[in-house]
Amino acid sequence: MGVLMSGVLAQAFWLVFDPYVLWVIFASAIFGLFVGAVPGLTATMATALLVPVTFFMPPVPAIASIVTATAMAIFAGDIPSCLLRMPGTPASAAYTDEAYALTKKGQGELALGAGLWFSILGGLFGTAVLIAAAPSLAEIALKFSSFEYFWLVVLGLASAVFLAIGNPLKGVVSLLLGLLIASQGLDNPAGFPRFTFGIAELAGGLTLIPIMIGMFAVSEILRSVSRIDQPWEMAQTKIGNVLHGMWGLTLRYPWQLLRGSAVGTAIGALPGAGADIAAWMSYAISKRFSKEPDKFGTGHIEGIIEAGASNNSALAGAWIPALVFGIPGDSITAIVIGVLYIKGLNPGPTIFMNNAPAIYAVFLVFILANLLMLPLGIAAIRAAKQMLRAPREVLLPVIVLFCIVGSFAINNSLFGVVLMLAFGVVGYFMEENGFPIAPAILGMVLGAMLEENFISSMIKADGRVLAFFERPIAGALGLLTIAVLTVPVLRRLLRS
Amino acid sequence: MPGQKFGPAWFPGLIAVGLAICGALLIGSGMRQRRPWLAAPEWIRSPRARSGIGALLGGLVFYVLAADALGFHITAIVLLAVWIRLLGASWRVTLCVAVLATLVIHLSFYKLLRVPLPWGLLERWAF
Repeated sequence: MGVLMSGVLAQAFWLVFDPYVLWVIFASAIFGLFVGAVPGLTATMATALLVPVTFFMPPVPAIASIVTATAMAIFAGDIPSCLLRMPGTPASAAYTDEAYALTKKGQGELALGAGLWFSILGGLFGTAVLIAAAPSLAEIALKFSSFEYFWLVVLGLASAVFLAIGNPLKGVVSLLLGLLIASQGLDNPAGFPRFTFGIAELAGGLTLIPIMIGMFAVSEILRSVSRIDQPWEMAQTKIGNVLHGMWGLTLRYPWQLLRGSAVGTAIGALPGAGADIAAWMSYAISKRFSKEPDKFGTGHIEGIIEAGASNNSALAGAWIPALVFGIPGDSITAIVIGVLYIKGLNPGPTIFMNNAPAIYAVFLVFILANLLMLPLGIAAIRAAKQMLRAPREVLLPVIVLFCIVGSFAINNSLFGVVLMLAFGVVGYFMEENGFPIAPAILGMVLGAMLEENFISSMIKADGRVLAFFERPIAGALGLLTIAVLTVPVLRRLLRS
Repeated sequence: MPGQKFGPAWFPGLIAVGLAICGALLIGSGMRQRRPWLAAPEWIRSPRARSGIGALLGGLVFYVLAADALGFHITAIVLLAVWIRLLGASWRVTLCVAVLATLVIHLSFYKLLRVPLPWGLLERWAF
């Protein structure tokens, strides 16, 4: 086993330390830093925009570019929080006011440095958990039948709804819309065409990538254009050695760092909730257990350390269910799963046997991306003022053109552009009215899997519902799902 | 389908029931809040944002209708010019960026990645 393992690792090293792959990683890092640092452009958008480009790459560089760009973007989102009081990505929103308050107190350097340093440590923590947990989970998952998979999918969808911020009812509607879209086309157990309306383009089922470009990129651009009159006012701050004092902070707040990383990884691994929710939760936990909770909000570094580590660790955590079960842990991995299928790296427990070198290469890329964040992050902080001066009136239209070409390139068809436009508008209206987008995306990605496992379980059990609880793991998962679904409702009833 | 207990209509039917229930609940809670049925977003008052959003949506529809006939390059330059100018850049910046961005996409997507972007009117001069 040891010999086999080292052989696989050697192969993985060869896959990653190839000049082309390293070049892709470097270019994606710059792209990710820029997208993350500019408010209104998000890490999920970076992923959606990268997919059409990765389409034409071999598997390892394709995945590497997404891993690197998202890691960089989540860190870079902290930069405008400190300088503009605007989160660069939603994952930094939880502590934007805190970071800006530090800048106002003349400690912008400290806030930026902590953002970078604890992003790296959190990212490495999440990566370590991913490397340790995913293969052993896969061993267990090998024994899963359609009953276990059915419950896993339901559990994932339920947690996506309840972890979303805001009205859970709107989360359910969003989820059902996603499932409805997933049920369109031929991809159902009976192979029967549904909702095709006799239109040729609809016969094969909707392509998800243009839909995601619409929901994550076009809707976000519409929102940015609607706010184009709001000026960006940059806070003045001197930036020298941003790493100064970081070691001291690490020794002073070790528990905050560990707790943030652990909570982030766990939230990341839960389907439907990603870096943004991880940061909100960790910031709240940090305040709750702090010795000086009254300092929070006045420019106190403690919450930034915990939440900053949390959002970067969530990125790696989200890959655990994505690789092992094909159930995405966040919106980014929801897009990634599509890429994995295109590249022949079908997610599932057997991926660690059939494609071991490629998967270990992805793990290596995670480590490499987090290490690369140190020099590139320092450079990005130095260049922040120039990056944030990029004129929005030029940037936004150019991104729309990239969205058009990207949506077209997936099937070389204008119908992709139609889908992108339609779902861009839908996504915009959903977000404006408090309907979270993540459950809809999860529904689209998991719809086919849910239906397939449900129908085949029902056929195996001959319609007996109790059969869903008869196998030990399936029974436990089933009870857990029912608890997740009923406890919040019961608590609400008891309170009112 | 005959002979199958759980046919292809079963799953969408379940979703429809769920949506109907959630819709009814949302209407119920909406009625209790007594807020107006429709409210205009704040940006409607800003002429720059209004024309930007209108041009963006109209432009995308225009692209879908015109790209095959006019070709990618002409459509892209026209759309970029309209969008950038409407959002407030100077004419010089507008024209430079519109042409440059289209050129970059031509080189990266058409040349490097071999995406068959339509040439339309420029078919004879395709390069």
